[in-house]
Amino acid sequence: MIIRAPFSLLHLCSKEYFRLGMIDRIHDLYDELERQRIMLSFKGSLTTELITALLGMVEHKMELIEPDGRSRKRVFNVVMECLQNLYHHKTVIGQGEGSMDPDPHGVVMIAHLDNGYSVLSGNLMAGGDVERLKQHLDRINALNSEELRDLYKTTLADGRYGTRGGGGLGMIDIARKSGAKLEYGFVPIDKDSAFFSLNVNVTS
Amino acid sequence: MGPLRLEGTPKTPHIDLDPNTGMLEIKGRSIPENSIDFYKPLIDWIDGYSRSPQSKTALHVQLEYFNTSSSKCILDVFKKLEAIRAAGNEVTILWHYEEDDEDMLEAGEDYAGIINVPFKMILIEEVNGQ
Repeated sequence: MIIRAPFSLLHLCSKEYFRLGMIDRIHDLYDELERQRIMLSFKGSLTTELITALLGMVEHKMELIEPDGRSRKRVFNVVMECLQNLYHHKTVIGQGEGSMDPDPHGVVMIAHLDNGYSVLSGNLMAGGDVERLKQHLDRINALNSEELRDLYKTTLADGRYGTRGGGGLGMIDIARKSGAKLEYGFVPIDKDSAFFSLNVNVTS
Repeated sequence: MGPLRLEGTPKTPHIDLDPNTGMLEIKGRSIPENSIDFYKPLIDWIDGYSRSPQSKTALHVQLEYFNTSSSKCILDVFKKLEAIRAAGNEVTILWHYEEDDEDMLEAGEDYAGIINVPFKMILIEEVNGQ
């Protein structure tokens, strides 16, 4: 009894603390989203229907807040490519072997900043693909807008990219629409996987 | 062969291919997740049309958005037209863009630099009611 009573009390307290903690965290999360000026946030597994719905939301919100048509279209384009990257990436991992999550979740957020928009996305990926993606992004970031346009054209014309338009045309297009350098990072999760983060700035 | 007509959706363009007039039209948005599936009937149709095309073929492309998944398929459509032109027929691609959409104009110029078919860049005027 001497042992069980405090244990139960502790257990109850921790449970209570945890419950209150979650409630507080909802407000913390909300505050954080407000502080970061996140106008749209999605985390989860994507379907084609969800992508359609999210793009509809983006379009609607952009029409309300962004008077410049070119910026509206650029943000829409970047969000679309990011969402479809996540969607296709999910499929690729799902068909693969090994210990990867068959239905990994991605995250996409749009922040409305003073000088434009920030499209943030992240997803788990195979660790073995990190170096190739990093080289691709570094190559893109080393180019000016005219060189980027040439790379887009040669990549489009050589037809070597995959059935879904992969092979990096998406990232080149994202970089062209952004007009800024792509900010990215990889967080190693375990020996087989890493978390890929991408921030695309679209100035208005 | 008959015409190919498809209604536009939030992610796929309106399609109108008429073998009797040689007037082909792709209009709207082309942002499906799997563009290959969407474009296969178009490519097949143009394949059939290329066997006995009109002496003049005009493709109107008026896209508000297209994704990189569609960009290769659109190129494939243009390549089919390039072959029709190479066989001695007159082919024109009319690329429509909105006034504030320089990106779409650039996209048309990019295709014009790859495909050996005359392109006409057409600024969409409000008065046309388009």
